[in-house]
Amino acid sequence: MKKAPILKSYTLFYLLFLYAPIILLPIFAFNSSKVVAFPLQGFTLDWFREMFSDENLGIAAKNSLIIALSVASISTVLGIFAARASVRYRFPGKAPIMGLIMLPLVLPEMIIAMALLVVLLSLGVPLSLFTVIIGQVLVTTPFAVAILTSAFQSLDRSLEEAAMDLGETAWGTFRLIVLPLVMPGIMAAFLICFTISFDEFIISNFLGSGQPILSVYIFGQFRFPAKVPSMLALGTVLVCFSIILLGFAEYMRRRGIAKTGGKDSGGFL
Amino acid sequence: MAATPRSEARTGLKLISPTAIYVILLLAVPLATVLVFSVMMGGRANVSFPVTLDNYAKLLSNWAYSYILLKSLLVALSVTAITVVLAYPVAYFVSFHVRQERKSLWLFLITIPFWTSYIIRVSLWFVIIGRDGLLDQALMSLGILSEPLNFASYGIPAIILVLAHAYAPFAVLPIFVSLEKVDRSLLEAGQDLGESRFITFLRVTLPLSMPGVIAASLIVFIPTVGDYVTPKLVGDGKQPLIANFIETQLLKLQDFPQGSAFAVVSMLMVAVVSVGFVLWNKRFIGGQK
Repeated sequence: MKKAPILKSYTLFYLLFLYAPIILLPIFAFNSSKVVAFPLQGFTLDWFREMFSDENLGIAAKNSLIIALSVASISTVLGIFAARASVRYRFPGKAPIMGLIMLPLVLPEMIIAMALLVVLLSLGVPLSLFTVIIGQVLVTTPFAVAILTSAFQSLDRSLEEAAMDLGETAWGTFRLIVLPLVMPGIMAAFLICFTISFDEFIISNFLGSGQPILSVYIFGQFRFPAKVPSMLALGTVLVCFSIILLGFAEYMRRRGIAKTGGKDSGGFL
Repeated sequence: MAATPRSEARTGLKLISPTAIYVILLLAVPLATVLVFSVMMGGRANVSFPVTLDNYAKLLSNWAYSYILLKSLLVALSVTAITVVLAYPVAYFVSFHVRQERKSLWLFLITIPFWTSYIIRVSLWFVIIGRDGLLDQALMSLGILSEPLNFASYGIPAIILVLAHAYAPFAVLPIFVSLEKVDRSLLEAGQDLGESRFITFLRVTLPLSMPGVIAASLIVFIPTVGDYVTPKLVGDGKQPLIANFIETQLLKLQDFPQGSAFAVVSMLMVAVVSVGFVLWNKRFIGGQK
């Protein structure tokens, strides 16, 4: 490899720019001053205590977990159907159907939220966590489909044929051969959808009827300077949580590639 | 296993039907509803016949609507240009100057910030550039400024800064992928034929990586043009972009037809720009063969 000191220092500088706001999280989450300002005062765990004693925050976190788990489960299942069908079978209308499924990737989220909201209001459906879930599933499913499509594609089809030749039914083959081989892809899709849903703001805000949901709650709290330090503590916890989840997803993805004998070719996207 | 095409088609359709039905009912139908609402008359929270194009006429004749659309377009295109230009050298460095086995690690480092809460990242900028924020404190204690700058109140520049940061990691990956595909022997050939490294880059590497640059532009452009949170948080909420405006029309004024027409026009605008990017991309793919 050629040395490129200028490019390398630029890249490190760029990383610093990317991480700059995030680095502030732990710095001020443990800082005993009420205002976010240098120089730092003393070390404290008060903000974490305040965060854990905040009842509304607890409700919001619980709601967000319910939403994210439901959304991740539904989109992963829908993703398995769509990815398996598109990789394995040819059928009429495949391109428009897949196009519609992937459409939310190229559609501003606000438009999805508003279109759904207009219909729900016209039909008189009350807004609830349930409406947030059905809305978010639209946004996360394309990600599940993308990850699962590459998982199904790397599958060796002769293994399935061998199982069928040995007398397994189509469902038996899928359950015993295909599913275990794409399991890492399924786990990765689930984790990615979970993360996206947990962070999602627009649909949670507009389809949620004002119920406390974590992202919406955080957004509201940042307006009050007195609340900022405990929000930074919360941010610190969430960042650690995301990194652990992502590390796990990446590990699963790599294991999947190793299992099917492929070569590692980059990240999630 | 010799499945006939017809039974294959049936199995395929059956398999995709749960997902297909879901998106038809919850995505296609709502989008169609918006389209229908946009050509109807309306009052508060209701719509009525007859079919009319008045809503679109109003959009075109009222400067306030066009202003929001143009402003959002301008902000999104600036953010796109900034993120792509800043990301290119990073993608280039990782692709050309990092050892193969270390590449995933670098990419992982670049993508982590993207997976951490968007709301928190954006809100943190408020702590940095807001009134008496960290930036003001730093500039004042260094004696560069005597009064708070309060950059967050600068509206559009502040919005562009925050969005450019929020979507930065999106741009690196597609450019990296296209750079990885560049045949390294072409570069050697260029240099063997007496071109300097810089000219080789301009004439070989850059054109070959354009599909990645364009993909990156699209990936950044689409979410930024519809961003809701940033304009609400910085610029004191005085610089609404498309998403904020749709909220006002549909939820606050409850003018369903007018709001729908605005949503349709913004969708068209996004589609036109995206198709423009894709057509631009065709030029480069055509040259590659």
